[in-house]
Amino acid sequence: MTGKCLKYGDNISTDMLIAGRYTKTTDINEMLEHVMEDLDERYREKIAGGGFIVAGDNFGCGSSKEQAAMVAKASGALGVVAKSFARIFYRNAVNIGLPVIECDTSGISDGDVLSYDVGEAEIRNLTTGVAIPVLPLPANMQAILNAGGVVNYINRHGKLPRGG
Amino acid sequence: MAGKTVAEKILSAHAGCAARPGDLVVCDVDFLMLHDVFAHLAMDGFRKMGGTRVFDPDRVAIIFDHSSPAPNRKTANIHALTRTFAKEQGVRFHEAGEGVCHQLMVEKGYAKAGDLILGTDSHTCTYGAVGALATGIGATDAAVTLLTGQQWLRVPPTVRIEFTGALQPMCLAKDAILAAIGRLGVGGASYRAIEFHGDWLAGAPLADRMTVGNMAVEMGAKCGITIFDGMKIAPDPDAAYESTVRIDLDSLAPAVAFPHMVDEVKPVSEAKNIPVQQGVIGSCTNGRIEDFRIAADILRGKSVKGRLLVMPASNAVLGQMADEGVLAVLLAAGAVLCTPGCGVCCGTIGGVPADGERVIATTNRNFRGRMGNNQAEVYLASPATVAASMLTGVISDPRDLL
Repeated sequence: MTGKCLKYGDNISTDMLIAGRYTKTTDINEMLEHVMEDLDERYREKIAGGGFIVAGDNFGCGSSKEQAAMVAKASGALGVVAKSFARIFYRNAVNIGLPVIECDTSGISDGDVLSYDVGEAEIRNLTTGVAIPVLPLPANMQAILNAGGVVNYINRHGKLPRGG
Repeated sequence: MAGKTVAEKILSAHAGCAARPGDLVVCDVDFLMLHDVFAHLAMDGFRKMGGTRVFDPDRVAIIFDHSSPAPNRKTANIHALTRTFAKEQGVRFHEAGEGVCHQLMVEKGYAKAGDLILGTDSHTCTYGAVGALATGIGATDAAVTLLTGQQWLRVPPTVRIEFTGALQPMCLAKDAILAAIGRLGVGGASYRAIEFHGDWLAGAPLADRMTVGNMAVEMGAKCGITIFDGMKIAPDPDAAYESTVRIDLDSLAPAVAFPHMVDEVKPVSEAKNIPVQQGVIGSCTNGRIEDFRIAADILRGKSVKGRLLVMPASNAVLGQMADEGVLAVLLAAGAVLCTPGCGVCCGTIGGVPADGERVIATTNRNFRGRMGNNQAEVYLASPATVAASMLTGVISDPRDLL
């Protein structure tokens, strides 16, 4: 996957991704109209065509709403690259097949082009030429992401992957 | 080998093996809670995985509290679908107006000591107050549990937060937990279990323990277990903690979390005289009879300046407020009564502030736009601080009333 990056800071909450007042609907297209609107009014146009959300620490903090991960994926985000993730968002993203990539993002600037495939040990910044090591996902989460999410995994295997 | 923390004991018991921090274990779940915003998503996932009957209807509760009573047609139709599912499956069901999910989970006894409980809400950690390991999950994780009665979890290391000394006059449990969040930061306990220790907490009423446990997630924690006298599953004396943080209550002042982050905690003296147009007393954090009694004591015979919304955490609390005369005191002071539920806290139904307004609230979150308007500001505080501020129309120190 290759795409340009949209760079944000620390503590981007799920309320930033989609405010609570918009989660009354089941219609993802309605929610898409409001994705990231409190943080970046131009998010939708910037991510169109495929890009990476890049952030600092504690991405996805706050409410457990899975709509945050859903609307990020539906908006065209190829994945979220961050220094660290809040745990509920991290699980939700993997469960719906949105790649989460944990690495040092301090050397990535807004607009840089990144290249990454799920499971690779490094994410490549094509603009700076730097390859950044990625913290590996636990094996069971990798298996879920590889299947495209936990619903697919369970439909294929009948149960959760083993622990370790 | 070192002893175990409460989280390690509970996860070991539910995984059927000796679980140590960092291990990934598949656990049997004692109880699953879903509320009205996410239940329908969980139902979709459940059906997509071929689910027909939930793993155990007695161990599932669906509670309508977030967008309840339904504020519009779309929500009403989602509610209708969820009601049908609840009835078909025979799960425990609580209609709009009965209360906030976390309050009901404790009031109804669904959350029990030593249990592993999952809920589709980040404040599921509240039931750490009864000595359960309770944590929030997303809708799809809930679908997996509905189907299998299980979930995979990574065993967290435990951070020990110790409250030393005693709460001073007009300082409450909310001030203690805000101080902890101010110290650790919004990501300071990320992925950790927190154990809350200290003599004050060990003998504190359940209401105080719920206030403390409720806000563990605001430090990024997986769960927040309050350590109290006589608890069923207690930490071993030689349990290994990742770190210990001490919060001294003797020197604690009433606290205020400034917009727009829960860890922007400062003593109320630094917030004094900031004008506020709206106050909120209630929610899963501070919506119990103890909280309203304190507010009533401050507001008795007086009139509020600005709009005060009171939101009891359950209709049982509301009934008790009525029986004790607390409700009459608050209404006479000018308070407006809201449906027992979550709406005002998360901007889904009622109490949205106007552009440029400031709200002081006993709730647990103040991210930009939280109460429904990203041009407004939310300050978090204790019931005493909110009530004192409603007397003057500016953020006020409740100790000035002593």
